[in-house]
Amino acid sequence: MQAKVYVTLKNGVLDPQGKAIHHAAETIGYRGLTDVRQGKFFEIKLDETLDAETARIEIEKFAHDVLSNPVIEDYRVEIVG
Amino acid sequence: MKFGVVVFPGSNCDHDTYHVISKVLGQPVDFIWHKDERIDGYDAIILPGGFSYGDYLRTGAIARFSPVMRSVKGFAASGGLVLGICNGFQILCEAGLLPGTLLRNRDLKFICEHVNVRVERTDTPFTVSYRKGQVLSIPIAHGDGNYFCDIDTLRELESDGRIIFRYCDARGEATDAANPNGSLANIAGICNRERNVVGLMPHPERASESLLGSNDGRLLFLSLATSLSEMLKLRA
Repeated sequence: MQAKVYVTLKNGVLDPQGKAIHHAAETIGYRGLTDVRQGKFFEIKLDETLDAETARIEIEKFAHDVLSNPVIEDYRVEIVG
Repeated sequence: MKFGVVVFPGSNCDHDTYHVISKVLGQPVDFIWHKDERIDGYDAIILPGGFSYGDYLRTGAIARFSPVMRSVKGFAASGGLVLGICNGFQILCEAGLLPGTLLRNRDLKFICEHVNVRVERTDTPFTVSYRKGQVLSIPIAHGDGNYFCDIDTLRELESDGRIIFRYCDARGEATDAANPNGSLANIAGICNRERNVVGLMPHPERASESLLGSNDGRLLFLSLATSLSEMLKLRA
C-alpha cells in the first residue's frame, strides 16, 4: 500500500517559482500555458498490515501537521494499492 | 542573566550570536544543542540564523520538531524572552510561536546585503534602547524572507502594534522599492501577542561592531540585556 500526498499553494499565495517556470516556458516557445503553480508531491510506502482507513487517518494528519504549512498550502491524500 | 543560543544541524550564525553576547554585550551565554530538552536556568533563548536541516521540506519545517523546541514553547508560554533571527524567525513561524510564514523571495534570488530597517515599536523587551522611527542599517542574507500571512492576521498585527521592524529607504519611507524580498507590508520583524517572542529576518548580530560596517544591531542585544536586568530585579 502506498500514499500519495499533493501539497499545493493556496489561491492568492504568490508563487514566484511558478511564475519563473511559466515565463521560461513561454520564452522557449510552449504555447497556451496561462499559469503555472509549483507544488510538492510525496510518495509514502505503507506497512501492508495497516488497513486503508487507519492509513488515511495517519497520512491526513502527517500531511496536515508536517508536509504542508496550513498558512500557505493545501494538501490532498490518495491511498493506493 | 544567562543567554542560550540553540544550535540546530545547519545553524551557521550561532557563533556570531554567541560572540556578540559574550564579547560585545559581556554577558554569560551557552550553546544549547537542539536535542537538549532542558533549558532551565536561561533568561533568554535565541534561535540563530542558518539553514537548519538544509531547509528541506520548508525553511524551519523540520527544526520545529527538534526536542528543544518543546521546551522553547514552554519557556515562551511562561513569559521567557525568545528571539529568532533569520532561520530562527522561520522556525518560530513554523512552530506556531509567531503567525505567518516566510516565502521564497519575490525575485527568487538569495539576497545578501545591507538594508535599511525602520524601528516601528520600542515597547518590546527587544527594542527598548531604540528610538521609534530610527532607521537601521543591518544586513539580510536569505532566499526565503518574503513574509506572508492572511489578511485577518495582517490586520491584527497592524492594529496590535506587533510589526516591530519594516524595510524602508534611507529616509525611513517603507516603499515598495525599499522592500528587498516582497514581504507583506514591508515586514522585517514581528512579535507575538504577549510581546516576549520576536522574529526578524535581518541579522543584528552581523551589525554589532563598527568594524563590520554598522553597529545598529547592537542596540537590540542591549535592549534585551536592559529588559532582562529589569525583569530580574522585579523577580528578586
